[in-house]
Amino acid sequence: MPNTIPNKERIKLPRQHMPERDALTRARNFEEVNLGFDPALANVEALRCLACAKPSCTRGCPVQVDVKQFVARIIEGDYLGAAAVIRRDNALPAITGRVCPQEEQCEGDCLIVKSKKDSVAIGHLERFVADYERATGKVGIPEIAPPTGKRVAIVGSGPAGLSAAGDLVQKGHAVRVFEALHELGGVLVYGIPEFRLPKEIVRQEVDVLRKMGVEFETNVVVGKTVTLDELLGEEGYDAIFVATGAGLPQFLGVPGEHLNGVYSANEFLTRINLMRAYRFPEYDQPVYDCRDKDVVVIGGGNTAMDAVRTALRLGARRAMLVYRRGEEEMPARREEIKHAKEEGVELCMLTNPIEMIGDQRGWLTGIRCVKMELGEPGADGRRRPVAVPGSEHVIEASLAVVAVGTSANPLIQSTAPDLKTNRKNYIEADPETMRTSKKGVFAGGDIVTGSATVILAMGAGRKAARAIDQYLRE
Amino acid sequence: MFPIIATAQLGPGVKQFEITAPRIARKQLAGQFVILRLDENGERIPLTIKGSDPSRGTITLVVQAVGKTTAQMSGLEAGDAILDVVGPLGKPSEVERYGTVIVIGGGVGTAIALPTATALRDAGNRVFSILGARTKDLLILENEVRAVSDQLFVMTDDGSYGHQGLVTDKLRQLIQLPIDFVLAIGPVPMMRAVADVTRERKIKTVVSLNSIMVDGTGMCGGCRVHADGDTKFACIDGPEFDAHTVDFQVLAQRNAMYRAQEQEAFAKWKEQHA
Repeated sequence: MPNTIPNKERIKLPRQHMPERDALTRARNFEEVNLGFDPALANVEALRCLACAKPSCTRGCPVQVDVKQFVARIIEGDYLGAAAVIRRDNALPAITGRVCPQEEQCEGDCLIVKSKKDSVAIGHLERFVADYERATGKVGIPEIAPPTGKRVAIVGSGPAGLSAAGDLVQKGHAVRVFEALHELGGVLVYGIPEFRLPKEIVRQEVDVLRKMGVEFETNVVVGKTVTLDELLGEEGYDAIFVATGAGLPQFLGVPGEHLNGVYSANEFLTRINLMRAYRFPEYDQPVYDCRDKDVVVIGGGNTAMDAVRTALRLGARRAMLVYRRGEEEMPARREEIKHAKEEGVELCMLTNPIEMIGDQRGWLTGIRCVKMELGEPGADGRRRPVAVPGSEHVIEASLAVVAVGTSANPLIQSTAPDLKTNRKNYIEADPETMRTSKKGVFAGGDIVTGSATVILAMGAGRKAARAIDQYLRE
Repeated sequence: MFPIIATAQLGPGVKQFEITAPRIARKQLAGQFVILRLDENGERIPLTIKGSDPSRGTITLVVQAVGKTTAQMSGLEAGDAILDVVGPLGKPSEVERYGTVIVIGGGVGTAIALPTATALRDAGNRVFSILGARTKDLLILENEVRAVSDQLFVMTDDGSYGHQGLVTDKLRQLIQLPIDFVLAIGPVPMMRAVADVTRERKIKTVVSLNSIMVDGTGMCGGCRVHADGDTKFACIDGPEFDAHTVDFQVLAQRNAMYRAQEQEAFAKWKEQHA
């Protein structure tokens, strides 16, 4: 039945809260934090939608999900229909419903916000219908066009690669995705922790793509196991989409970073998420034993939040987040900061590490830091942190995780000299056509833009799929 | 899955595996490694490739049972399979026509040194090889190394075979001759000792570093080493480095990072397989 509530009544309905696991219980296990809407919550939330004539939510979405339509299906009680609407534009709704920064995208542009009310909880609704669809086992497979006879290789099974694979296979092309690791999903499996994105969900979304006809091959490092030229030559691919993600972890460059107990966020999270080191010795891969230890994570983004909340779950006595700017300036999602604080993470803001200190055996014992204050805005418009003289102090910790970003992985570029890269070794690709300097090779996601979000990578994947489809039909 | 088609016991606790991995076999060059995972609960470990046969689509690995994963692998036979094998990773050895070279293999490091020794010989170098082992039984691949060497010297700690002494004792004698290049692969203390001997004479010396790795593609940074005056990742910048620039102290310290867990896992495994 259609929404008969008048608009001025709709905006009086309060935004429905996402049910969450109790903060202190969840802080000690890897169970998912957000529990998801039930149909009753979803229905009330859906009724809040104003069904705008020109929906700004869709414009705010990097993959242009038809929000108004899928919300209308929820009101009708047609949850599978709602899921089908989302799947037209988004191959991974159960994932984006969980990890998208909706507040900056669809929800940020929601018309209700202009009336000083909370936006429709589009992300929570998306997650609801995707989970409903999975629970029924009736995942709608989109229609697949007749075979075109063209073959596309996709390098990397992260969000950009998966989303491109879904679109290209729908258009009738044969698609094979090459993954360097042993498990599919890229950052969705090695980076984002179980408590934010259960791995089972990634596996199920990948299975949907498999059912659509996408082929996957793990344990292939393109650039090493096989080169781009070999894929285009003897392996007979007509086009390649390079979506390898942001590669190399950055370190601080301070003395003592080689000490035992100092990790990159990539390594710490990969050991735990991909390799399940939190279940050692049932799983063989070890990770530093955090139980009753003091842990410092350096950085202010979502990866830093994931690392510090993971350290708590591994049994850390104190889990501290050290960031050189203030809480307001943290690039992490507000929801993540809120969750972390509820769980007991300590925020050490306006603090900058200048040295890692160790014992004689080479193990970390503390981090020498200085206090910072925000000075004049820098070139990026953000106020630059400046060290406060005489503010040196030591934070005692036996584990430090450096989560200050990544730089480009050089593996593909090193065996494809005709693939143009920029000064920072990211691949150069046209922002519209996604074409690189190498014929038949397209690129998108973090390996072009540097570290961004899951959904921006998915947006790049969709754009690349359109461009590749056009190229193959030329 | 990557099927094992043949195995051979090279010595006590040292086993050779021929594994079907056509993509890797096609591309492998001396000095490169694979990362493997035995089963669903397995860890990822790096192993340098001893050789490959592109026509058979196989690679050969040599494994010494020193911990849980390597002991478990040593129990595998032809007909078994390994769940995941990825590679070839790392930079290949830089093989040039140097002139007269010395190749030093310590323990299971001999299996890693062999392909580069072969490549050096094929490039027209005069190859002296020194193999070291604690005792005669632990010496591996003697005949294969002899076949690619102009002269082979064997050193055992207890004098049970060859000459008694360390590889560096023989090295000190040999560098009285004009030597243009040294490759040393083996335990960290051995590589460090070799670097110390050749440093004074400024003989170019390369070592292959056995850092702890996870992905092997530069993504995690766990294998970082101090070399060439900077922090390097052994997986993509190495595994071979100029021995005179390597901080072996940091390497040894970082390789000990998981000793407690390694011992726990190995003890548990031995208990279950006693």
